[in-house]
Amino acid sequence: MHLERLEVAPGVHEWALAEAVLKTLYDTLGCRRVDRLVLGLGELQAIDRDVFLFALKTLAEEMGGIGRVEVREVEARFRCRRCGYEWTLKGAGLGEEEREAIHFVPEAVHVYLSCPRCGSHDFEVVSGRGLAIIDVEGEGCRVQE
Amino acid sequence: MYRSDPRFSVIGDRLRSIDTVLVVASPKGGVGKTTIAALTALAAAGRGLQAGLLDLDLTNPCTHIVLGVDPGLELIEEEKGIVPPRIHGVSYMTVAFFTGGRGLALRGGEATNVILEILAVTRWPRLRLLVVDTPPGIRDEVLDILNIASTIHHDSRVVVVTTASRMALEAARRLLGILRDGGFRVAGLVENMATGARSGVDELAEAMGVEVLARVPYDPGLEDALGNPPALLKTRAGRALEQLLGKLF
Ligand SMILES: Nc1ncnc2c1ncn2[C@@H]1O[C@H](COP(=O)(O)OP(=O)(O)OP(=O)(O)O)[C@@H](O)[C@H]1O
Ligand SMILES: [Mg+2]
Ligand SMILES: [Zn+2]
Repeated sequence: MHLERLEVAPGVHEWALAEAVLKTLYDTLGCRRVDRLVLGLGELQAIDRDVFLFALKTLAEEMGGIGRVEVREVEARFRCRRCGYEWTLKGAGLGEEEREAIHFVPEAVHVYLSCPRCGSHDFEVVSGRGLAIIDVEGEGCRVQE
Repeated sequence: MYRSDPRFSVIGDRLRSIDTVLVVASPKGGVGKTTIAALTALAAAGRGLQAGLLDLDLTNPCTHIVLGVDPGLELIEEEKGIVPPRIHGVSYMTVAFFTGGRGLALRGGEATNVILEILAVTRWPRLRLLVVDTPPGIRDEVLDILNIASTIHHDSRVVVVTTASRMALEAARRLLGILRDGGFRVAGLVENMATGARSGVDELAEAMGVEVLARVPYDPGLEDALGNPPALLKTRAGRALEQLLGKLF
């Protein structure tokens, strides 16, 4: 358990995102009970998995509860819109402050990274941007396209 | 289309503490949206109203220059989301906190992502008024905030800024047409850089059935007062925005 760490840093973005997921399940998708949830966590947003899951479980107690949660980490990939080069976050050399800004607003990556081949800031985040609900099973969930 | 996005579902809650959302827009660039949005929020706070300012000019945010803020992450407070800092009494949120005010190369759907992310994570305090600054054009940022606010907020209104130039007036007319067709609530027009004489703005207002909320004179003293809110409120432009508040509340 990471309770100690949570007590010193209890209030981060992860709570807001956990709340967003639960509201989607119980309000938007109309779930009455959630048995299994598959989430994608994009590498770029760097959501703290433990804090997020703790927040999700804690907040879920006030709603309809939550069953098994599977988390898939999705690698961040970029493709240059000028020259077509593709690259990943590995070795991108982002500083602490830059990572934090990107954690809150992943698109801020366009400020802090540019294409390693041509220098363009105009690139596409192909995968691994942020949080996504990949699959949900339960009672009453109207899963749409 | 926003509905299946997890962030969308919390935005209604986030905006619930706000009585009125005022979107400041104009398809024509440089007519004074940013100046008027920031001064309106400052004037409201000066009157003792709880006011907020949200800068959604994502690629070119400038409200921090009006408020005199050096934007950076150190200004934001995290509390199960982000609590906007108070600047001269105004609860303030801008993308510049995350970009350090540097250029952000952004395309289409990415703008929507930034807006959803910011709206989902910002925990506004109780506000009587949230003023939203938008970029010129009738594209992503403008359409997104109009769609989102009109869908999930009970009192969102649009202020269209224009000058008396025929080019600005034509742009304002285009936006007003779109707002009318979409059933958006229009608070009215603000004439900026006004000379005081009757102008094409009055004709446009009559033709479109909207009100002229304020006339802000051209004020050469404005530039020197940028970054100094108390001085800004004392300029002729600043005082003219008191009119606007009088009409709104
Ligand atoms: N009433 C006024 N008197 C004098 N100068 C003004 C007045 N209103 C705005 N300005 C100046 O005109 C310029 C454009 O104003 P502002 O940036 O507010 O326009 P904008 O509509 O937000 O522009 P953009 O479309 O680029 O977002 C700025 O330099 C501003 O200081
Ligand atoms: Mg502007
Ligand atoms: Zn390139």
